[in-house]
Amino acid sequence: MPGKKFNVLPGFGLTMGFTLFYLSAIVLIPIAGLFLKTLGISWLDFWRLATTSRALAAYKLTFGASLVAAFANAAFGTILAWALVRYEFPGKRFLDALIDFPFALPTAVAGLTLANLFGDNGWLGQWLVPLGIKGAFTPLGVIIALTFVGMPFAVRTLQPVLESLEREVEEAAATLGASQVRTFFSVIAPTLLPTIITGFALAFARAVGEYGSIVFISGNLPFKTEIAPYLIVMRLEEYDYTGAVTLAVVLMVISFALLYLINWLENWSGRYQN
Amino acid sequence: MAGAPPTDTDLIRRRASRAQSQRGTEEPPLIKWTLLTIALAFSVVFLLLPLVNVFAQALSKGLNAYANSLTEPDSWAAIRLTLTVAAIAVPLNVLFGVAAAWSIAKFEFRGKSLLTTLIDLPFSVSPVVAGLMFVLLFGLQGYFGKWLEGHNLKVIFAVPGMVLATIFVTFPFVARELIPVMQATGLEQEQAALTLGASGWQTFWHVTLPSVKWGLIYGVILCNARAMGEFGAVYVVSGHIIGQTDTMPLRVEQLYNQYQGAAAFAVASLLALLALFTLGVKTCLEWKQARAYELAQRVGQ
Repeated sequence: MPGKKFNVLPGFGLTMGFTLFYLSAIVLIPIAGLFLKTLGISWLDFWRLATTSRALAAYKLTFGASLVAAFANAAFGTILAWALVRYEFPGKRFLDALIDFPFALPTAVAGLTLANLFGDNGWLGQWLVPLGIKGAFTPLGVIIALTFVGMPFAVRTLQPVLESLEREVEEAAATLGASQVRTFFSVIAPTLLPTIITGFALAFARAVGEYGSIVFISGNLPFKTEIAPYLIVMRLEEYDYTGAVTLAVVLMVISFALLYLINWLENWSGRYQN
Repeated sequence: MAGAPPTDTDLIRRRASRAQSQRGTEEPPLIKWTLLTIALAFSVVFLLLPLVNVFAQALSKGLNAYANSLTEPDSWAAIRLTLTVAAIAVPLNVLFGVAAAWSIAKFEFRGKSLLTTLIDLPFSVSPVVAGLMFVLLFGLQGYFGKWLEGHNLKVIFAVPGMVLATIFVTFPFVARELIPVMQATGLEQEQAALTLGASGWQTFWHVTLPSVKWGLIYGVILCNARAMGEFGAVYVVSGHIIGQTDTMPLRVEQLYNQYQGAAAFAVASLLALLALFTLGVKTCLEWKQARAYELAQRVGQ
């Protein structure tokens, strides 16, 4: 065939066949099964189950806390990435390696240690609770846990871009008489912003589905500190499959929309850099 | 405009060579120290303290109590089950990852980007929803529930369901690490081996595998860490039968709910050690890569 490279490597049929079989068995069929279940639910019932007041409170907490945590990560994560790339300080390599700790740590352990840390007798709680900052069994606890799990995404997305940011461009701006403030806002910030937004979106997407760490720190009180994934588990334990499926589909559609948005953002920021 | 005093010789040299322009890009000391303080405070609260706290709480009742809570039968059963589940789930995902990377990295076909998107899909599904999907398939009320019951097979509230849920959440790790590495090595080496008369299998084993081994190791390590630490998905399908379907993360929750804080932290400390081990391997691999890159640059010059 003209224009097409001839490939002598063997095994395409075998590996592709296995890939498609395994992908279908583990991922596609279970996801299809979930969506098929909704066909048995009428639109009216679906809408009613998806918008019960308890469900609405759970979405509000899930998305509200995820949003706040993602903002915290965008702000502090950017400062942290900046410090790691631009400054020298003792323990820098250790800190750099430790950034991935929340990603490597099982979420149950994260929830356990954070609940203890911010609890009444914890290392931080004993100082913060008297000041009125209660981290355990409150919505603030949910935000703390989500900030913890989302942090590596914000820092690691930004780090390579900061490293490749050419000092020469800033120097050129300075040579041309721009003040440091002006250099920051008209040279550095526009270059970093798309990446910061991508990191924000990744941290947000990670936070929306999070379950393990929150179970420990939030106390799971309906209408107060109950997140959407926890409500799904509750429905399931009551054998209310229709209710569980409805909430799961809502959560999944939102996750897929976020995934699409992130892909678009990554393309956008990639184009910007080129 | 003056920056902080230079501290190391390399910096002095660099400064000297670009003395004039460098001054313009260094933040004033006040801003620099404020940013550094915020960065360090954030990392202490959100990285260092949670890590140290795990071990401090685990050992708060002494070494003896620590050892006892780990060897206590139910916790011991949880440790064994965690290892069993990972020992089944990780090799299957490695097999898939290698097959998927071979077909995606070495061949051209239509729908390739769709396939890679589908492989990443499990990352964007909430673990609880993942567990629910398997309950809908294999639970008593599920699509295959009646058939399984008729044949006396138990998937949900039993080990097979937990393995399936673990495979789902760790599905993309190996493939994701391997695909870019295999793409980067290209086709020339394999084609040379085949031309010289090696069989397809020999080519894969002696040419492809050695060239991607670090990527593969990294993928396996990440896959394993997640497999042993998964909570949400396994929680939904396990049924929490103490001593039977409790993995280590589930055991941590069990003990926490029974107000056995120190024992919960003891089991958690093993998982934290696993996380530290994972980070250690990752850091080593990165340093290795950086050194190889530096060496290649020097040889190039």
